[in-house]
Amino acid sequence: MLRRYGQVSTLLALLLVQVPMIVLMAMMLLLSFALGMVFLFPPQVMMVRKLAELNRRRMRDWADVEIEAPYLPAPPPPVPQADGMYRSERTLYKTPRVPAWNNRWKWLMSDPATWRDEVWLLLDPVVKVGLLPLLLLLPGRGLRVYARWSGLLLGATAASRLAGQVSHLRRTRNLAADSQAAEMRRIERDLHDGTQARLVAIGMTLGAVEQLVETDPNAAKALLAKAREASSETLTELRRVIRGIHPPVLAERGLADAVRALAMDSPLDVTVDVQLPHRPEAPVEAAVYFAVSELLSNAARHGDARSVVVDLSANDTGLLVTVTDDGLGGADPARGSGLTGIERRLAAFDGVLAVHSPPGGPTTVSMELPKVLPQPWTNELGKLPRWKSVTVIALWGTAWCPTFPQGLVAGVFKLFGAREKTWFLALHLPGPWQWPVIVAMILLGVYMYVMAIRIPAAHDRERFMAEAAPGKPWC
Amino acid sequence: MNRVLIAEDLYLLRDGLVHLLQAHGFTVVAAVESGPELLKGLLELRPDVSIVDVRLPPTFTDEGLQAALAARKQLPGLPVLVLSQHVEQLYARELLADGSGGIGYLLKDRVFNAEQFVDAVRRVAAGGTAMDPEVIAKLLARNARNEPLAALTPREREVLEAMAEGRSNAAISQRLYLSESAVAKHTASIFAKLGLVPSDDDNRRVLAVLAYLNSR
Repeated sequence: MLRRYGQVSTLLALLLVQVPMIVLMAMMLLLSFALGMVFLFPPQVMMVRKLAELNRRRMRDWADVEIEAPYLPAPPPPVPQADGMYRSERTLYKTPRVPAWNNRWKWLMSDPATWRDEVWLLLDPVVKVGLLPLLLLLPGRGLRVYARWSGLLLGATAASRLAGQVSHLRRTRNLAADSQAAEMRRIERDLHDGTQARLVAIGMTLGAVEQLVETDPNAAKALLAKAREASSETLTELRRVIRGIHPPVLAERGLADAVRALAMDSPLDVTVDVQLPHRPEAPVEAAVYFAVSELLSNAARHGDARSVVVDLSANDTGLLVTVTDDGLGGADPARGSGLTGIERRLAAFDGVLAVHSPPGGPTTVSMELPKVLPQPWTNELGKLPRWKSVTVIALWGTAWCPTFPQGLVAGVFKLFGAREKTWFLALHLPGPWQWPVIVAMILLGVYMYVMAIRIPAAHDRERFMAEAAPGKPWC
Repeated sequence: MNRVLIAEDLYLLRDGLVHLLQAHGFTVVAAVESGPELLKGLLELRPDVSIVDVRLPPTFTDEGLQAALAARKQLPGLPVLVLSQHVEQLYARELLADGSGGIGYLLKDRVFNAEQFVDAVRRVAAGGTAMDPEVIAKLLARNARNEPLAALTPREREVLEAMAEGRSNAAISQRLYLSESAVAKHTASIFAKLGLVPSDDDNRRVLAVLAYLNSR
């Protein structure tokens, strides 16, 4: 309790900083727009963002309310054109300074979060004063209410999340395109320098044989043997290239057996444990295969390992891969280019790589690829729970009874003053109770029908929301 | 001993194999091009030896290998020589798993050398084995840290490689330019060093060596 009061008093004490800040901020904004001192705008925005971030952190620590920062990602640094000039709109610059400043300006101006922050800063003292009684009487609840208010203007919106996702996707797409292009170049080089050159040599040897076959059959025979040998070498070379593109065993058997085959080819003592209910998509399989292959060869080359454990398992729809070796450890993803390559390959599937490698070992590399396995069929959310479906059926089965016979029909009987009472409950009651019961019956019946429709509809909506991207309805 | 079945989906290679084997005195009882046809042929015709491509229609995965394994489950020891564009220890192990012999596993390139290829076919038909040198090389590389293997002399290692490929003492002596008695001496030494029970039967001897190399 005492701690709560301490937090509340800190919150209120912050007002002493906030009010002068508001004056300063307003002046800076005024100067930058009214007098054209535009250089004041970015620092102003950054200061407000710092304040807002401070508030988010406080709310997370004090009220246990997580407020996600809504800002759009900063623009990438300008890239020079082919002629070394930097372009901004229709103007070319020699240095990247002005284009970088323009981008920054545009980024800050066009982000709605900038302006929501300013509004928050302006209204915050008013809200704090308004909440004063609640904060003093019930500090715990008061802080939670205050946190909700902060979340309203400082939290992420559907649009900001979407924008963040788009920029993340753009980055991973670029990475994927880059690594694919590099792969293509490597294959092209392999085919050009290896296979193609060997085929040319075979062709030339065969040409020589053609000339020699009548004059010197023995020499021709020797050359033919050489050509056959060369073709065999070409095939070996081609097999190596194919293995680098897509290993045949992966195409033939899938990930589990392909990793087992890798384990057998490794000089280390490799144990493979695969627990996957379904096969992932082919591109995911290939990425995981090459990652495991790289890690195994790393363990053999650098780690001085003797045994390795490879474990592939499913986590709902995510794929988990861990490779543990008993080597020397000390692997650093920042230094090892192999690990960076794996990271880049996995990024295309939103996969992440974590390395735990203390000096002296053991080294554990874990990779997780979310949402790459098919959704299991026994999905709890997908199907209406049993009690709900039973209720819906019971409602459909019985709603007619209060609505029609006990409600509407009884009402008509009463209206026309019929003598018959049959089994209509209302007509058996004393006079003043009759109309209210009839109306209540009709209302009950209609309510039952409404519920019978609403329960499955609400469930479908829940499922839809769970599957769709998260987002708040406001803003 | 010379009724042969061929399963290969590429027309040129299938035709080439048919001609090659006919020229060497085999009778081709069937030349099929898909997995289901192959399984039916293996079970109904019971050829003395069959030459099977791993990758066959309709799925173009390991259809041929699966058909061969399924047929051998029903008819243990049915001689099958598997051909592939690539060799995997995984497949070699699956083929050898039942320990009944009559198994071959070669790269398709080995067809280039007709004599050696036909020799391998004959060996498999007689219940022996024919393993691709590449499979053996991978097996030995895996066992590089294995103590008893490291104790072999280079010559003994060469003999072991040739033996693991499925060759008889006579064939090994021819290949390594040794006398047959020298080869016999080497094999006896190898068996002693690896702690295996020596056997006069060529095929059983090869299977013991392969089982030893595969045991790790």
